[in-house]
Amino acid sequence: MSVDPGITAATSAVEDRKNDLVRYVFASCALVTVLTTAAIVLVLLEGAVAFFRFPDVTVLEYLRGTEWSPVIRPRSYGVLPLIWGTLVITVGSALVAIPVGTATAIYLSEYADPDVRKYLKPTLEVLAGIPTIVYGFFALSFITPIIQRLFPQTGTFNAAAGAIVVGVMIIPMVSSLSEDAMSAVPDSLRNAAYGLGATKVEVSTRVVLPAALSGIVASYILALSRAIGETMAVTLAVGMTPRITANPLESMQTMTAYMVQIGISDVSVGSIGYQSLFAVGLTLFAMTLAMNLISLWIRSRYREEYQ
Amino acid sequence: METDRARLASRGGEDPDRRTASDRDRRSGTPRAEEPVIESRDLSVFYGEEQALQGIDMSIPERRVTALIGPSGCGKSTFLRSINRMNDLIDVARVEGELYFHGKNVYDDDVDPVALRRKIGMVFQKPNPFPKSIFDNVAYGLRVQGKDDDVERKVRTALERAALLDEVEDRLDESGLDLSGGQQQRLCIARAIAPDPEVILMDEPASALDPVATSQIEDLVEELAREYTVVIVTHNMQQAARISDKTAVFLTGGYLAEFDDTSKIFENPQNQRVEDYITGKFG
Ligand SMILES: Nc1ncnc2c1ncn2[C@@H]1O[C@H](COP(=O)(O)OP(=O)(O)OP(=O)(O)O)[C@@H](O)[C@H]1O
Ligand SMILES: [Mg+2]
Repeated sequence: MSVDPGITAATSAVEDRKNDLVRYVFASCALVTVLTTAAIVLVLLEGAVAFFRFPDVTVLEYLRGTEWSPVIRPRSYGVLPLIWGTLVITVGSALVAIPVGTATAIYLSEYADPDVRKYLKPTLEVLAGIPTIVYGFFALSFITPIIQRLFPQTGTFNAAAGAIVVGVMIIPMVSSLSEDAMSAVPDSLRNAAYGLGATKVEVSTRVVLPAALSGIVASYILALSRAIGETMAVTLAVGMTPRITANPLESMQTMTAYMVQIGISDVSVGSIGYQSLFAVGLTLFAMTLAMNLISLWIRSRYREEYQ
Repeated sequence: METDRARLASRGGEDPDRRTASDRDRRSGTPRAEEPVIESRDLSVFYGEEQALQGIDMSIPERRVTALIGPSGCGKSTFLRSINRMNDLIDVARVEGELYFHGKNVYDDDVDPVALRRKIGMVFQKPNPFPKSIFDNVAYGLRVQGKDDDVERKVRTALERAALLDEVEDRLDESGLDLSGGQQQRLCIARAIAPDPEVILMDEPASALDPVATSQIEDLVEELAREYTVVIVTHNMQQAARISDKTAVFLTGGYLAEFDDTSKIFENPQNQRVEDYITGKFG
């Protein structure tokens, strides 16, 4: 008889059951998340369908109309002004956050002393933890007055202040995630470039930046989807005037701000105004979902392949 | 300051007379008075408190292969990096003594390490192509050095010299990372020679490669020495014996134990510890 090499399965039935139990606990936790998401989508869909069931609402008008007034007569149901408001804030905040955030990331990853980095990065991340309503007040009481001094015709509520404050809000997201991507670029690439007589600027911008590009772009898109969904700061700073205008010094209304407006108003449940909430919510959900999918796709498509 | 930099800059490998003259020397094998391209005097390198090189004196001849050998941790890479001031990039590293490149101390205040590294290219132990196309990898040095006229031809010439052109000719726009390890290393060599430096430093360029790829690199090194001064670190003594003209043996602690013609080092070493090392008694 040969000696037992000790590699046969020796687990008892009890242990098997324990393993199964652990597995179910973990799986059901994961399931909760999935179910919640599914429930949200279902609720949005159901409410949106009810909205489009109203006789004077059509999907076509919703998607193409340029007037939004589902509650106040004369009623109109074109969502474009809300999308426009959201777009202005998103693009405006990107103009602030992308250059500043990227430059900060380059500084942190390539230039800062380890000591500086150790304190600066967490400090930046604290910025991300400030409640957004505080940013809204900051916009109203600090940014808008400055803009008004430069351009006296600026209204109390205006898109510019909203875009700037949302931009500041998402800088840490851009800088922190981009810095992670840049720090992950191996030193061997930096050495290769230095060895070829590249300057520090060239190494940062022509080796590290391109090598980390997918992570950096993914951070932009995540930050932008955050900007799209941003609610309290823009409600406070940008106001509640749905309109399509090129003038950022005027008040506008984002999709999120509209949802706040309906949420705190006294429209009755089941009314057309109430149901419009779900249609706008669904639109918003679709937009952020698309952004997140793009970000995922970029990250997997252009995953840096270092040896 | 500007004049010194211009002097560093004017010593390109452009003088055709010089090149043919030495080729002739090399082929006929006649001894010639060798003026060192690189000369270290009492060169010491410290990492923090720890001293990694102990007052090294060495003269590296032009258009020859100089091998640096010795046990692990004896400071070969450190010496190599001190030639093109790559040690500057290591925060804790500090250099004392002098290192002359064509008679100019590269540690003088007025020397620009960026300009120096354009004269002295480097190939690393692990192939490290950029995550860019094969073409862009080779063109990188040309572009940062502003030598980007006629890039196409220069890239092809460099690939040709690195004995890689045949294998990649019809996929120059594919990623350099898709090549095999040996091809990647030859790509890195092409990248280093494309801007036409004078000196090429190689830190165990074949240690990550299989025997076939290794012998390709060895052939290449001998070929390169027709036009460039090559300084190569290797762990492999047969390799040093095969491809180098001069050999420097470092010993643990950062001492240069012996530096001489390769044949002398391997046939008749003066230093007992060098003999022990070469005959495999330790290390
Ligand atoms: N970046 C660094 N920081 C601190 N110490 C270092 C650093 N690089 C090297 N050293 C130390 O300097 C000494 C010489 O190292 P070096 O890398 O030059 O040796 P080497 O001869 O190239 O060794 P190997 O054959 O293993 O590559 C070693 O004791 C090493 O620990
Ligand atoms: Mg080494």
